[in-house]
Amino acid sequence: MRTLYELAKVLRSKNSGPFELTLDILFDSIENYQLVKDSGKISVKAICDLYNLSKEEVRHLVFYDQALGVKITILRDIPSGSIGDRDVYGAQQHAPLMNIRF
Amino acid sequence: MVEDIRILSPCGMLGYGFPIESFMNGIKENPHGIIVDAGSTDAGPHKLGAGVSIVSRRAAKKDLEVIITNGTVNKIPIIIGSAGGAGAKKHVDWTLDIIDQICQEHTISAKVAVIWGDIPNDRVMMANDLGKVTPLSPNIKPLTNETIRETNGIVAQMGHEPILEALENGADLIVCGRAYDPAPFAALGIFHKKDPGLAYHLGKILECGALCAEPGTTKDCIMGTLKDDCFTVKSLNPNRKCTSISVAAHTFYEKEHPYILHGPGFTLNLKNCRYKEYDGVVEVSNSQYIPTKPYLIKLEGARQAAYRTVVIAGIRDPILINHIEGIEKEVRAQVQRYYDEIPIEDYSIRFYNYGINAVLGEKEKERFTGHEIGVLLEVTGNSQETANSICATARSTLLHYGLENRKSTAGNLAFPFAPSDIEFGPVYEFSVYHLMEVDVSPFKIEYRQVNK
Repeated sequence: MRTLYELAKVLRSKNSGPFELTLDILFDSIENYQLVKDSGKISVKAICDLYNLSKEEVRHLVFYDQALGVKITILRDIPSGSIGDRDVYGAQQHAPLMNIRF
Repeated sequence: MVEDIRILSPCGMLGYGFPIESFMNGIKENPHGIIVDAGSTDAGPHKLGAGVSIVSRRAAKKDLEVIITNGTVNKIPIIIGSAGGAGAKKHVDWTLDIIDQICQEHTISAKVAVIWGDIPNDRVMMANDLGKVTPLSPNIKPLTNETIRETNGIVAQMGHEPILEALENGADLIVCGRAYDPAPFAALGIFHKKDPGLAYHLGKILECGALCAEPGTTKDCIMGTLKDDCFTVKSLNPNRKCTSISVAAHTFYEKEHPYILHGPGFTLNLKNCRYKEYDGVVEVSNSQYIPTKPYLIKLEGARQAAYRTVVIAGIRDPILINHIEGIEKEVRAQVQRYYDEIPIEDYSIRFYNYGINAVLGEKEKERFTGHEIGVLLEVTGNSQETANSICATARSTLLHYGLENRKSTAGNLAFPFAPSDIEFGPVYEFSVYHLMEVDVSPFKIEYRQVNK
């Protein structure tokens, strides 16, 4: 069993505008990409559980074969830089994904 | 068949800096334009709300000096997107002032086009009354006239059209207010009759500087070349390399969808793009530009929400660390009791426990291990005086909180600084992040001759 953090070349989060957060998982081998894609473990339900969201708050979850990557975009609970925000650039919100095992 | 159009992107943000060698490698190839993005909403609402920049004036001038002196002497048009960080009038004026200074110091004369990105409040109100303004996502409230009035000036992201007009009118240097990041790049391609889909897709890649290369960075130069049926991207620094994966993956960057991108008046579909790689050059084809009706522009605006005062301190004592959340709850209650004359809705107290869960909050699943934590105490209030007073009392209460059985009875906090309390000033929030339907372009172009 390997974690997503070990399998991915890039595992990152970033604002997609001030009201959304986008999570990118990119691979440098087709094998690892396909393993993760085929496992079904990157799903709307999994994201909802990890980020305490309802499924309507997961805006996109798309695999893009050309880039060997998957992109997940979720709604922010607090907009970037508003009072109570913990991460203005949204750059460290990928951590909950790290320990998904394959 | 028109000639290939080369675009030099010096860096991902004007004022971030770039190696001069990379830049000169780009100049040697006789580019048709030097284009640099200078803005972003990434750093939050403060820049737009307070009218300040994200980079220092010194850094912006350093970068612009290289760009302007090399661009004008070689008659290469220069375009700056989202000037000054947020692209509102204050930011554009700040940029123009730097440009004037550089042109004077180097005796450069230039025809400068200024494209304003500010949208008057009454225009937004009128469109809103007609139902032509809609929130960009479900977590944004519909706009009200009250919100518009509270907002410190609204800007909109321009597309390529006004920039194209400025190029057609022979501008040497174009300073854009808020622009859709890829639009200045796309405008140059479209000016040279290239395909708008390829031009915008290339712009999306170039606007971040060398972030699409490996190793990626916003602080280095990249060269894009538009051909008739494809474009190519390559690094101008021999220590970096573009690969088909690094370029394809960059299309992902900070966008909501991996291959559908929405811009002013169009959608870009990159689903069927092909990425080919040869000798450090990546060739991309099949980017598709689909005009959309009605023409929608993205509005951005910020308003002041509160005033803030903060304290940063460390805790090293294990008994205190083990009880920190309970202590903080009790500190909040004691402060409320002490200031019973101040309504509790006039302020709020927050603790961020770095080392425990400050970054993820309730989403943190890891259990705490470690021997020290950092505590950030944040107070926001409806006046600076309120924030300062509440913060000072919360700080002293936490410092001396008498936890039962504690051993460090002289004080609970290690302050790195004196004074401990940092007055932060006004806090802003994004109050406008909406799409507006437009029939007529709201972006006014002004021409001025510098050093005639």
